[in-house]
Amino acid sequence: MSMTLSEKILAKASGLASAKAGDVVEPKVDLAMSHENAALVLHQFKTIYEGLDIPARVWDPSRIAIIFDHRIPAESSKTATNQKRVRDFVADQGITKFHDIRGDQGGICHQILPEHGYVRPGYVVVGTDSHTTTHGALGSFAFGIGATEMASVWALGCALNIEVPKTIKVVVDGTLSPFVSAKDVILRLIGLIKADGANYRALEFHGSTIRGMSTSSRLVLCNMAVEAGATVGIVPPDAETARYLREEAKVTDPLWTETPDEGAEYERVVTIDANSLAPQVSCPHTVDNVKPVTEIAGKPVDQIVIGSCTNGRLDDLAAAARVLKTKKVSQRTRMLVFPASWKIYKEAMERGYLKDLMEAGAVVMNPGCGCCLGVHQGALGDGEVALSTTNRNFKGRMGNPTAEVFLCSPEVAAASALRGVITDPREI
Amino acid sequence: MAKVIHVLGDDISTDHIYPGRFMATVLPVETPQFCFADMTELNADLKAKKFPAGSFLVGGSNFGCGSSREQAASTINGYGIIVVARSFARIFLQNAVNLGLPLVICPRIEASDGDELTLKGDVLVNETTGKSFEIVPLPKLRQAIMDSGGLIAYTRDRLKSQLASK
Repeated sequence: MSMTLSEKILAKASGLASAKAGDVVEPKVDLAMSHENAALVLHQFKTIYEGLDIPARVWDPSRIAIIFDHRIPAESSKTATNQKRVRDFVADQGITKFHDIRGDQGGICHQILPEHGYVRPGYVVVGTDSHTTTHGALGSFAFGIGATEMASVWALGCALNIEVPKTIKVVVDGTLSPFVSAKDVILRLIGLIKADGANYRALEFHGSTIRGMSTSSRLVLCNMAVEAGATVGIVPPDAETARYLREEAKVTDPLWTETPDEGAEYERVVTIDANSLAPQVSCPHTVDNVKPVTEIAGKPVDQIVIGSCTNGRLDDLAAAARVLKTKKVSQRTRMLVFPASWKIYKEAMERGYLKDLMEAGAVVMNPGCGCCLGVHQGALGDGEVALSTTNRNFKGRMGNPTAEVFLCSPEVAAASALRGVITDPREI
Repeated sequence: MAKVIHVLGDDISTDHIYPGRFMATVLPVETPQFCFADMTELNADLKAKKFPAGSFLVGGSNFGCGSSREQAASTINGYGIIVVARSFARIFLQNAVNLGLPLVICPRIEASDGDELTLKGDVLVNETTGKSFEIVPLPKLRQAIMDSGGLIAYTRDRLKSQLASK
């Protein structure tokens, strides 16, 4: 039977010869990731064991990853207490993949997992974060779940009642123009299929543009798959996947190399022509409200943000530094930069990107999620406008329901910083 | 029969339901105070217990899109409200099932604030307009989790049976 990549992974993880869309399976989990919300997970986990004559021990402490990233360093005593509870639990259970608030190994969970080689092709990855879809970039079946579902995974080691999703094949062919990047591809796709266009579906990425993309760019695509409602976004593993895992993540184990079958069944095929793609901007207050930058250029911006699990990687900071080096952030705006991990921060520092950005007037913050979801630093004032490389622009997202958030690539964000208005980077 | 407390549009995100800045509050007993916190009138009415349990909140398509934050389900669950929507985003629906928050998937629902609705088997009747709307049942296994009182009880049963078979 011909299978999509999602069907193959779920069949393997469920001990079945094959699986097809619509089947309900109980896949074994290879990696279970949480961040600060592990505080709620561990509360629910302990509740499961109430009245049972079994000790509350996680099924496999080596397969659980906990990364503090949403509110670091803690913005309140409440958060600090939650983090303390999690730290105690980690020590008690012997959880090894724990990344505390540390400059030598910390960062945003969706960067830490690939960076440390925790995700492999063919893995089933669950995370108490909707952007867990990111890890499909390495050929894993990775999806977001709630805290109670994670508590159940910690207890049982499998995900219950998972419906094998139908797959939408996304084919991107051609060469991206200068100042056009993976962010523009995924924004265009979400604009085309809309916020619920892939609800309960897998997005499987194909085509020459995808084949030619770095893992860093593929992480951008899969990160935002959930903004079209997708359960997972997945890139079939190839030589680039192996290169990334061997060279950058220092993985030495054998790698699973399966790809989707020739005759696999796709619900629909969506094609995007990379050659003609312009920089895109997602306008308030839904991610699928996507326009070419030319239609929105000139809009004044109060705060520009470059960073997050979507676009806070080394190539993103390099793209921004290229635009801003020896120039100045307009006095009409302010610019914040959040590298996705401390490793990236250090490399960007060594390569001079941070210096270029700071000398231009940008404020370089510590790696973390806070600003993107309005919980920690970088809040917007009443009626203010932000232009951000993050992944959501819902009303209130950056901490103020009267503010507006526009989403774009690092190239558009950096070009816009020069003028203080939304700017087509091809004009700079 | 119970009243519609409010009708919302499409793509109501978890940031609408439970704004990110309250996410340090995690326990289901504490989250209800921040339900639709930025829709100040609705939040005040909920906190004043203006709506009896069993009242309906009606959404459009893709209700609960966005974050995996479970607070979005627990915050509504604290008021005993039933959520009706044309469709639900995957993670929100699963969280609701896991916590036992009653949901009604009703692809063609038409209702206004204050209408009276009645659940009658596989249809939802708008008593005020006299129209009936078909309901899409939850997949069997999700219904089984709901019926056992949520995923905590369901997982506990699973552990018990694992123990018994050893």
